[in-house]
Amino acid sequence: MEQQATISIEDNIIRCRGAWVLSNLTQLERGSRALRWPDESPVLCDAGGVTAMDTGGAIVLQRCIDTLRRKGQQMSLEGLRPEFEELLRKIEAQWPQSEHGSAIRRGGWTDSLAQAVQSRQVSILRALAFLGESTIALGRSLIRPRSIRWRTLLRFVELDGLRALPITGLLTFLVGVVIAYQGAEQLRKFGTNIFIVDLVGISLLREIAPLIVAILIAGRSGSAYAAEIGTMKVTEELDAVRTLGISPMNLLVLPRALALVIALPLLTVYADVVGVFGGMLIALGELNVSFAEFIARFEEAVPVRHFLIGLGKAPFFAAIIALVGCYQGFQIRGGVDDVGRHTTISVVQGIFFVIVFDAVCSILLNWWDL
Amino acid sequence: MPSATNTDSPVIDVSHVVTKFGNAVVHEDVSLSIQRGEIFAIAGGNGCGKTTLLREIIGLIIPSAGTIRLFGIDSRHLEAGDGHPVHRRFGVMFQYGALFSSFTLAENVAVPLREHTTLSAGLIRDIVAAKIAMVGLPPDSAVKYPNELSGGMRRRAALARAIVMDPELLFLDEPTAGLDPIIAAGFDDLVLSLKDLLGLTVVMVTHDLDSLWRIANRVAVLGGGKVLGVGSMQELSRADDPVIREYFHGSRGRAASEQAAWNTRERRA
Repeated sequence: MEQQATISIEDNIIRCRGAWVLSNLTQLERGSRALRWPDESPVLCDAGGVTAMDTGGAIVLQRCIDTLRRKGQQMSLEGLRPEFEELLRKIEAQWPQSEHGSAIRRGGWTDSLAQAVQSRQVSILRALAFLGESTIALGRSLIRPRSIRWRTLLRFVELDGLRALPITGLLTFLVGVVIAYQGAEQLRKFGTNIFIVDLVGISLLREIAPLIVAILIAGRSGSAYAAEIGTMKVTEELDAVRTLGISPMNLLVLPRALALVIALPLLTVYADVVGVFGGMLIALGELNVSFAEFIARFEEAVPVRHFLIGLGKAPFFAAIIALVGCYQGFQIRGGVDDVGRHTTISVVQGIFFVIVFDAVCSILLNWWDL
Repeated sequence: MPSATNTDSPVIDVSHVVTKFGNAVVHEDVSLSIQRGEIFAIAGGNGCGKTTLLREIIGLIIPSAGTIRLFGIDSRHLEAGDGHPVHRRFGVMFQYGALFSSFTLAENVAVPLREHTTLSAGLIRDIVAAKIAMVGLPPDSAVKYPNELSGGMRRRAALARAIVMDPELLFLDEPTAGLDPIIAAGFDDLVLSLKDLLGLTVVMVTHDLDSLWRIANRVAVLGGGKVLGVGSMQELSRADDPVIREYFHGSRGRAASEQAAWNTRERRA
């Protein structure tokens, strides 16, 4: 049977009864708030009826005492069992600090604004420092290629290149299909069916395939890099690496970055082939352009520079994705939620910079009439 | 209240527990019973299954055979996370604190109150502040995040979260491991004073001999998948079992017992 807890006031006597424990506190708090406190001093508090009391109960009682004291009234406590009284005294001893709850409140919005500006500045400087460091590390290891960890590098080529083949193939195939479908609709109106080759070939080879692959890899590998390095940081593995005299740049960043720089162009070529094949299928089905016609037209309509431009962008995309991922990994301090946050940032920023870079390329290449 | 809380019956009753992970046998046959109001320690060498036994008692692991009763309720029925009312009656302090890293200390301590009660925000704040003060942390630490706290403070914060619901039963997993001797002794005293203040039953897993001598009423020594002996430290230090003898009379054990004897004399003087 659960005991009730009550507080009531009659003629300057506060009566406390029942089990003043956590499960009764909501009811007790409501009861004490509804009370009309006596206006005359002295007040007697009769706590003889309290059968049980825990910290929460003692706090509610202390709150009542506090309310009276702030009204400037005297109060004497009677009948409380000694073990409960000790608890109450303990609560009372640390009461003044906790009364305002000021310790628990945080700074105002001006503080957080200043902090945000400051942290933005710091993070830009850090990103530049990271870029510099990794460039230096790359330069050094290019001078002495033996210092590159080829085994690790190849493992990442496998993980981030080879293992990504199925999903990359499927996606670019579907994108080729989609582009061809959309084009077919328009081209049929003008009876210029054969131009489907130009449409699919140029758009895929030059822009779409490299971009789709880069976005996919940013989600797949960039996030993994951030999470891996970040977890190593949280578990102090990174500190261990440093104290063992190994540069985290050489051990963690370079193999990942170089592996992606190798894997992404290869994936792009593969994506080109699969995507164009998707377009070919639709060209055959929707526009009656046979495979032979398609390939013959492809040779004359799609100059090799489109393929080379698309392919040429891939290593830069790779470098952006890998460096952003690794950088975000190193930024993780704190704990579990920080890993999640920076992993998200690595993907968003990776894709963002890839697209910005792609746009800049488009503008420049347009100027040079390529 | 349910009849299971009868004061005579043991708070925890472990009977003939067998634990196997694949082929590895952790517990061959373990039986224990823990009474209300005592500080009960589970001791033994590394890898003897102390922490596993603790995790079984609190329902995180189900033993391969045998039964564990917590307040008379079979631990099978309180498999982690289903919000069984018994969960409110015990608090657990994990070895590394297991504080939620995305919450501040105050928010961490408030989690059980927010989840299990309908108290007002103001009252929760007061209770949290009281608990933080009770474990001896300064009020300004309340707004700090766990990674801004030192190891000893994190341990205290975890203790504050474990006792915030005023549980009857408190589990401590390696409470003093990795703390310096002074802070460890302070932690022992803290556990003692909280036990008296809140009327706790404390079950702790430890191999800190100093804290075994200082605060444990009874100690169970595990080894070889069995309970090698149960009793007060004085009784155990006279035991014949070779493993217990090695445990208590190795160089570290001797130092701890001499220290304990010295402390007793000091207190008498």
